[in-house]
Amino acid sequence: MADVTPLRTAAETGLSKLFEATKMKYPTGVSIAREEAFRYFEAVGLPTRRVEAFKYTDLRSAFRDAAHPAEMPSAETAKAASAEAKGFAGIEAVRLTFVNGHFIAEESDLGRIPAGVNVTPLTQALAEGNALLDRLTPVRQASENAIYQLNTAFLADGALIAVEAGAKVEMPLHLRFVGTGSEAYSTATRVLVTLGEGAEAFVLESHEGPDGIAYQPNDAVDVVVGDDATFRHARLNAEGREAVALSTLSVKLGAKSAVETVNVVVGGVLSRHQVYLNFAGADGNAIVNGAAMLNGRQLADTTFLADHAGTGGVSRELFKTVVDGEATGVFQGKIIVQQAAQQTDGKMMSACLILSDEGQMMNKPELEIFADDVACGHGATCGALDDDLLFYLMQRGLPKPEAESLLVQAFLGAAIESVSHEGAREALIGTIEAWLKARG
Amino acid sequence: MIEIKNLTVAIEDKQILNGLNLTVNDGEVAAIMGPNGSGKSTLSYVIAGKEDYEVTDGEILLDGVNILEMSPDERAASGVFLAFQYPLEIPGVGTMTFLKATLNAQRRARGEGELSTPDFIRKVNAAAEKLEINKEMLKRALNVGFSGGEKKRMEILQMALLEPKFCVLDETDSGLDIDALRIVSGGVNALRAQGRSFLVITHYQRLLDYIVPDVVHVMSQGRIVKSGDKDLAKALEASGYAEYRTGEAA
Repeated sequence: MADVTPLRTAAETGLSKLFEATKMKYPTGVSIAREEAFRYFEAVGLPTRRVEAFKYTDLRSAFRDAAHPAEMPSAETAKAASAEAKGFAGIEAVRLTFVNGHFIAEESDLGRIPAGVNVTPLTQALAEGNALLDRLTPVRQASENAIYQLNTAFLADGALIAVEAGAKVEMPLHLRFVGTGSEAYSTATRVLVTLGEGAEAFVLESHEGPDGIAYQPNDAVDVVVGDDATFRHARLNAEGREAVALSTLSVKLGAKSAVETVNVVVGGVLSRHQVYLNFAGADGNAIVNGAAMLNGRQLADTTFLADHAGTGGVSRELFKTVVDGEATGVFQGKIIVQQAAQQTDGKMMSACLILSDEGQMMNKPELEIFADDVACGHGATCGALDDDLLFYLMQRGLPKPEAESLLVQAFLGAAIESVSHEGAREALIGTIEAWLKARG
Repeated sequence: MIEIKNLTVAIEDKQILNGLNLTVNDGEVAAIMGPNGSGKSTLSYVIAGKEDYEVTDGEILLDGVNILEMSPDERAASGVFLAFQYPLEIPGVGTMTFLKATLNAQRRARGEGELSTPDFIRKVNAAAEKLEINKEMLKRALNVGFSGGEKKRMEILQMALLEPKFCVLDETDSGLDIDALRIVSGGVNALRAQGRSFLVITHYQRLLDYIVPDVVHVMSQGRIVKSGDKDLAKALEASGYAEYRTGEAA
């Protein structure tokens, strides 16, 4: 068969050029297989709708060109940007600040790291060949994906957070990602969190950046949760209005471990958040929630995969999407139960509230079950606000916009109730309220 | 005072109310009885301003002001309250959040200041106690998982807090056991006052043993066909609606 040279988009060609031009500048290390990752990406290209996993989110058309990887900002720029960061700002936490995808030690609380926690900037970890790097990419399926491979290829900075066995860390660790600038740029960060046996930690993640430029963040968080350990996580996408924001959360669950994660989306013209769970040990327990509020021409994609290898795993997923204007919500969820994973209990629900005539929601739930003693289910709903409920609230004196807001807030709130940290929960409710207020 | 004049209402081209006339004076408790399908619930929804109905003629005057042009929330702020036959469950909306939002929305609409949180809580607790509503109920999402009786008590609690001028009770007795009926009726009776009037819609005379009406109206075919005192309800209980159904067939 003759060699076929596929047609490449400007963005794909641009990414190839950028990779060749910049790869020597990146920190290197044995554990980062950049070249391999980029070759994978080159082979598959930017995914289009013809790729099943990207059926509703066409990255090829979203990326008109390849933005240049952002340089390390000056100290003043970094200071100014972090001073303006609003995400989870009111919560007492240990902050690790990234500006334009670079770790900024001066704007981070490295001097206040709680006992039992070790934080190493990724560049340093790579330079010293930190043994934890072997634990990157804890879920195989994440690497079968162009977004994650691009992250690996262009990985510029990040952090390793190691929580010692038995350490119960009460102070939240806040990964604060802030963007700044007036020209489009791209970022690629990776944070690895490892929790030793019986450890507990709560990680906050906020992402924000300028409106008006089509910057391209690609952030990945890899988590390895030890046996009996608990990982709690709340993520806020408050990216700029034009951002094309890609993110991946990969979590490997040890035996009897617990994971709670919620992702709240308000920002980005296009965002895709990928969650990969690998129930490696027996009796893992995960709550994976999401709440997205979309308007204008936003598209927000949540793609979820739970792979049950261990027996007795329990997972509960609740994704709530509110669509206004001409926006589009996308949910793709898949639960895989391997043959050995008996007594798996998985329930996945996606619910959408459509507030406008032009808004739309795409749901694609899937179950792939090879074991015979399991309880798995999924559901997907789409609908408008209930006229009877609106009438009830208005009969009690609430003007229509207030009645609508109350119902929308209640709808989204169900996905946030699982956040056990009160301050974080209230901050996320505040995000919902601000969105509703802006809607008017 | 509420005056309903020649009210003519259709839903999806089917005429339900046929030139209904009714006056409820200040401080008066008027009962409306009538067979199924006579238009009683339609009347209550039209008074409250539900959208699905087309008012083709007539007016509803509350203290001389036609409320038909008002949205449901404006009517509520003017003093119209509808106790629903089937109160709705609102998952995710805490009962206290809901009560505070409604109370303050009405106060704002009337140009009054919002209640402070301690004042609000005191007010709710006092009213809840009278209706035997426990604090656990107030902590839950509105009406979610409440029994039929609890939902009706919650309706009366809202009525007590909002202090309306004109209350419509749409089959408030449906789904109530004797104890709940006693509590709910007690709550309504406690709210009877000179400046407040009630329209009590019911199928059965039983409720009227507890909430004793000043006037009883019989409704059939979308209009009031007979009016009398409380003894009319007792007569209806004995004879049934057959006499009025004949009218329907005609």
